[in-house]
Amino acid sequence: MSAQKNLRDNVTFIFLLILAVLFLAPLLIVLMNSFKGRFFISDTPFALPDSQTFIGMENYFSGIAKTGFIQAFGYSLFITVFSVFTIVLFTSMTAWCITRVKSKVSSFLFYLLVFSMIVPFQMVMFTMSKMANIMHLDNPVGIIVIYLGFGAGLSVFIFSGFIKSIPLEIEEAARIDGCNPIQTFFLIVFPILQPVYITVAILNTMWIWNDYLLPYLVIGSNYRTIPIAVQYLQGGYGSRDMGAMMAMLVLAIVPIVIFYLTCQKYIIEGVVAGAVKG
Amino acid sequence: MRKMSKAYYAFFTLPTLIAFAISFLIPFLLGIYLSFTRFTTVTDTHWVGVSNYFRAFTEDDTFLNALLFTVKFAVVSMVLINVLSFSLALLLTRKIRGTNIFRTVFFMPNLIGGIVLGYIWQLLINGVLINFGVDITFSANYGFWGLVVLMNWQMIGYMMIIYIAGIQAIPPELIEAAQIDGANSWQLLKNITIPLVMPSFTICTFLTVTNSFKLFDQNLALTAGAPGRASAMLALDIFNTFYGRNGYEGVGQAKAVIFSLIVAVIVLLQLRFSRSKEIEN
Repeated sequence: MSAQKNLRDNVTFIFLLILAVLFLAPLLIVLMNSFKGRFFISDTPFALPDSQTFIGMENYFSGIAKTGFIQAFGYSLFITVFSVFTIVLFTSMTAWCITRVKSKVSSFLFYLLVFSMIVPFQMVMFTMSKMANIMHLDNPVGIIVIYLGFGAGLSVFIFSGFIKSIPLEIEEAARIDGCNPIQTFFLIVFPILQPVYITVAILNTMWIWNDYLLPYLVIGSNYRTIPIAVQYLQGGYGSRDMGAMMAMLVLAIVPIVIFYLTCQKYIIEGVVAGAVKG
Repeated sequence: MRKMSKAYYAFFTLPTLIAFAISFLIPFLLGIYLSFTRFTTVTDTHWVGVSNYFRAFTEDDTFLNALLFTVKFAVVSMVLINVLSFSLALLLTRKIRGTNIFRTVFFMPNLIGGIVLGYIWQLLINGVLINFGVDITFSANYGFWGLVVLMNWQMIGYMMIIYIAGIQAIPPELIEAAQIDGANSWQLLKNITIPLVMPSFTICTFLTVTNSFKLFDQNLALTAGAPGRASAMLALDIFNTFYGRNGYEGVGQAKAVIFSLIVAVIVLLQLRFSRSKEIEN
């Protein structure tokens, strides 16, 4: 029995190992091609670089120059960090307020925000980008307001679910001790919410960092984020520089992999929590 | 806290609500209105009634084609992703070595953005197809299966995690009791595991369906609709209608309203489905 189980486990292990290699293969192939000359990529993507095709870091230099990748990285980082910070702060305040103050206005606001999660982006993309334009929000600072509006639905929903499970007595005690609502929120509720902050922050980070269409429509012509920079290389069909493309794909993936490996536990928990609730 | 003065209420809710009004609520309402008008800018509109909705289908067949393509894609990826991710979850809950590393690896593609994913798979698929003298733009079928493979690569790890959570939540006594009763592993799977992971199954089904319906970045990067508009899905077709040529903004907005209604119906179905499941439990 034990020998049989051992054999079965070993077969499973080897099968999973092969599958894991297959899962990583696409990324490794892109990495490998990023060191090959641009004309040796499309025709023979599965061939290892050799003395004739290997060109070192040249693709990286030309790609960075063509797309302005350094600026793109800066814009992506700036927009992601500040939008996530803004979303986490303001939506937790809103969620706490409309969860604790039971009124018709509160429940109307809650359902309105939840409703926005259902509506696909294409429904509002045209009017929203015009609106952003009219209100001068079409810059890396203004887009933070847009992200707060779009992130509000899911974030308020997740916060609100957690706030309901916090015993009301804690807040009432604070009030009796003389805290006003602002003090109650920032001194008492804010620390309790910490695990949810991580969940909400991770969900929004993954969304905003990878988002293409929204920043493309709102700020794309003046400020390129990383996804816009990658798409920009596409150019006219046939004319694009495959070498630079491979290098940019690698540079786009590396920050995500580093982020993933450093806070893997939170990411998996956060993403699953978002899925189950959304 | 049952009551709060208006000033405090505004302090807590207004920042979010103003941003929400600017980026979602006003554009949403304006979008519904504009779907009944002919316009090139938001300020210059002519009421045309429901004619945009007719034109969405009659002007050319790209929208209908995109709708069929999307439905077919959603069904195929839903089935494949669920079967594969559930099988992987079964293998990974067998307590073998390396489980955590495998989980990490399988989940990783999920975090990569759609544009990047699209170009990765364009390289790979074209690299295979070049041996047959064609590339992915040769036929909409290639684009279709390319997107299916891409979507599987991206979503399997994610759904696998949800299934693993479902399987691990099964009480071990239940499995032991079944084993004592002499159930073999197939009977265990059929009578214990599968019925008890049904909630996970509902979540995964609807997640894959809604994600497939809303797919845009991957579609744009992998094929951009080529050949012609044949492999464009709904979101990309709406984008093309808006920004492809002048004078079609109203039609694009009408398509977007239809698209939203379809997605809303799917979500409502999911809510009903999971509610009725909860009552059974």
